[in-house]
Amino acid sequence: MRSLPAIVSAGALAVFLVTWAMAQTADPRRSGYQEMGASLRAMQDDDSANPGMLWVGEGRALWARREGAAGKACADCHAGETAMAGVAARYPAFDAATNRPIDLGQRVNRCRVEQQKAEPLAPESRELVALSAFIARQSRGQPIAPPDDPRLRPFVESGEALWRQRQGQLNLSCAQCHDDNAGGRLAGATIPQGHPTGYPIYRLEWQAVGSLKRRLRNCLVGMRAEPYAYDSAEYAALELYLMSRARGMAMEAPGVRP
Amino acid sequence: MRVVLLLVALLLSGPVSAQTVVGDAIPQSLTGEPGDAARGRAVVANRQVGLCLLCHTGPFPEERFQGNLAPSLSGAGARWSEGQLRLRVVDAGRLNPATIMPPYYRTEGLERVARAFAGKPILSAAQVEDVVAFLMTLKE
Ligand code: HEC
Ligand code: HEC
Repeated sequence: MRSLPAIVSAGALAVFLVTWAMAQTADPRRSGYQEMGASLRAMQDDDSANPGMLWVGEGRALWARREGAAGKACADCHAGETAMAGVAARYPAFDAATNRPIDLGQRVNRCRVEQQKAEPLAPESRELVALSAFIARQSRGQPIAPPDDPRLRPFVESGEALWRQRQGQLNLSCAQCHDDNAGGRLAGATIPQGHPTGYPIYRLEWQAVGSLKRRLRNCLVGMRAEPYAYDSAEYAALELYLMSRARGMAMEAPGVRP
Repeated sequence: MRVVLLLVALLLSGPVSAQTVVGDAIPQSLTGEPGDAARGRAVVANRQVGLCLLCHTGPFPEERFQGNLAPSLSGAGARWSEGQLRLRVVDAGRLNPATIMPPYYRTEGLERVARAFAGKPILSAAQVEDVVAFLMTLKE
């Protein structure tokens, strides 16, 4: 015969196990999207209201335009609106030619130089951001999926070291804000966890679409640290670390942020 | 009673000179002069100069956006002595190595400082004294 205490403790155990299992599956990660107010979320969700779609449209036109001495368009090799589905979700990727990770913009420029025989586009130029937005839009809703390439591992690790390094006149690290104080208020801004889910984003403060690097640059300037050079290994490592930290989270590009 | 005397040798040259830390305080004014509380209030409230309200709240009814990453500055002058406040502003990391509060009057041991700010403390010695004088007025 079962005693009452035994039943109670079996019940308590069941409750404990269920709660524990839920704690194991509940993902504590939050996209910056979830920190925004309803009107900004609505702006991101509605393609006809999302200003980032303007850049996507420009990117679509550039995709079809013949460029360079080879007179080829991106679309001549990659036809269709879904040719690049899932691609932005797995960049930066390892580049065997330079033995280091390259990001999506650098990969676009590789095709411009090698396939189209054209000049590379300047980092953060309107054209490069528009092409990146057009490509990233094709991964919307897909899980972030950094490649399991062992050659990338040392770069992910150095990216994490940069994330934890204090720098600048204010002597802060990325981790102190985005791991330790995420959800808190830095003056008027809610500190997001710092996930790269939305990039390229339309940022109200910029009145434009910009890359993840531009966002990182803003944070470095805020810390009064010297920003890295646009094509530096440091940005590639930080982006790679951010993508691995956000593995499995949904892509939202083009995101909208305050 | 044991008084720990620590000499903090900041930069050998440059604007920041050595301050004497006694226990958890810097008893002596950095300039040898008392600060000005009204100027100190302006420094604390200014987002480009003091930056304090990025993290702290305080008795600033005119400032709409104040941070919530740090204790309120209200009552700081009742909780701490002038010397204790001075050390907290000069280099809060000496008391809590993991702190996010920036070191306002330290230039050594910092990494990758932006060129425009290299070798300069966030606040001048006179500004630190003004801020300390203002914090001392915050009794409740
Ligand atoms: C002092 C706090 C602070 C530090 C230090 C900081 N950030 Fe940020 N970061 C912010 C805030 C606040 C925002 C959001 C700004 C806004 O909404 O206007 C942000 C936004 C971001 C975003 C965009 C997230 C999104 O949802 O779009 C990324 C990515 C990011 N930071 C990465 C970094 C990296 C990498 C570093 C270090 C090199 C860093 N941050 C250092 C405060 C900080
Ligand atoms: C980036 C964040 C940040 C900024 C900017 C900042 N502080 Fe702080 N401050 C903190 C935190 C966090 C603490 C809590 C103690 C600790 O972590 O060291 C603190 C503690 C203090 C204390 C002790 C509070 C108490 O009663 O225990 C004082 C006084 C203080 N700060 C004054 C200032 C002043 C004045 C400024 C600007 C000149 C300033 N702080 C700027 C984060 C900040």
